Amino acid sequence: MDKVIPYRRPEPGSQPDYLYEPYRSTVRRAPVRPLVFLPHTLSELSGPIYGHHAIAESDSDLTRQHAGEPLGERIIVTGRVVDDRGRPVPHTLVEIWQTNAAGRYRHAKDNHPAPLDPNFSGAGRALTDAHGIYRFTTIKPGAYPWRNHPNAWRPAHIHFSLFGPAFVTRLITQMYFPGDPLLAHDPVLQSVPDEKARQRLVSGFDIQVTEPEWALGYRFDIVLRGPQATPFEE
Amino acid sequence: MDLVPSPSQTIGPFFHFALTVDRALGCLAGPEAGGERIHLACRVLDGDGAPVSDAMIELWQADAQGLYNQPAFRGFGRLPTNEEGCCVFETVKPGRVSGPEGVLQAPHVNVWLFARGLVKGLCTRIYFAGDPANREDPVLALVPEDRRDTLLAHPDRENPGRWNFEIRLCSGSETVFFDI
Ligand SMILES: [Fe+2]
Repeated sequence: MDKVIPYRRPEPGSQPDYLYEPYRSTVRRAPVRPLVFLPHTLSELSGPIYGHHAIAESDSDLTRQHAGEPLGERIIVTGRVVDDRGRPVPHTLVEIWQTNAAGRYRHAKDNHPAPLDPNFSGAGRALTDAHGIYRFTTIKPGAYPWRNHPNAWRPAHIHFSLFGPAFVTRLITQMYFPGDPLLAHDPVLQSVPDEKARQRLVSGFDIQVTEPEWALGYRFDIVLRGPQATPFEE
Repeated sequence: MDLVPSPSQTIGPFFHFALTVDRALGCLAGPEAGGERIHLACRVLDGDGAPVSDAMIELWQADAQGLYNQPAFRGFGRLPTNEEGCCVFETVKPGRVSGPEGVLQAPHVNVWLFARGLVKGLCTRIYFAGDPANREDPVLALVPEDRRDTLLAHPDRENPGRWNFEIRLCSGSETVFFDI
């Protein structure tokens, strides 16, 4: 029937293991039985074409979603979404969410005693263009405490959700900021064993992206899984 | 040159205001979609049997003919679990999808589960209990026989057309999760 080209599998160490005890919530949620290896079928290689309609301009500018401007340091976050051979992933949905500048989410269960900002929701969405490029304007999120261990703080981060072309390319991850001293203490980031893979989640300050008199620029490129090379390509 | 794919990170507990505002995503099949309409109720339990009330479930399925991404059929759904660890999707029963070496797969729904405490999404499949095609499904055949039941949704006795599927995490009797 259909000739399917499977996707490549992650290199050891490049993705976190489900059980990572320093991140305490993994202990009662990580699988204890071995996962069953599934050779890719059409079900894993197809994927939803989702979110292509009804994306407003304000969806990618988180500073323009309310009557006034949010407090905090205005930033631009942009990057390319590519596959593991550097080919752009065009027209795919990128969803983000984050705290306000004070480190508080607009979420009923966030009880961090930091102020909410009436002019900031912290949710955005955009499609990559034909070259795989996305771009958001937002404000720099704040660090926030959590109860994982005594004096635990999450470094400032922006949550990212991407689809890519297939069920297997689905990715939910987080973007961090360069030079943040909390990175070394964060079990969420440190759950990724390989240092080079962790670095992929730290954005870079970029003077080219920075807009004069307006906003600092950060570059955050994202690599999704790609299909195996066909014999012809090799 | 090959690039290392970006690592996964947990969805955390605070995604709702961004990802699950649109409750229309609980419906995978528009009114014009053909096939047998069903409700698919999913429930997530942790290693202590306690409901996981801060998970997000995404479903991906073929239409009643076994075809993905059809104009009249989105086939994608996304809902958060509630305080009981539950969410209920509205869809049609999928058809048989082509599989390896010309063997048809049994009707199934593909699942991504995301939650606080999961550093990566968990992937599983929902099959329908009692479907004769399950016996020849090439994916179920890869699963140890004593664990196949964990992949079955069961018809609800009180509500015709409703199927119940339980996702159990972190225990000897946990649901089968796939390495994809
Ligand atoms: Fe967060």
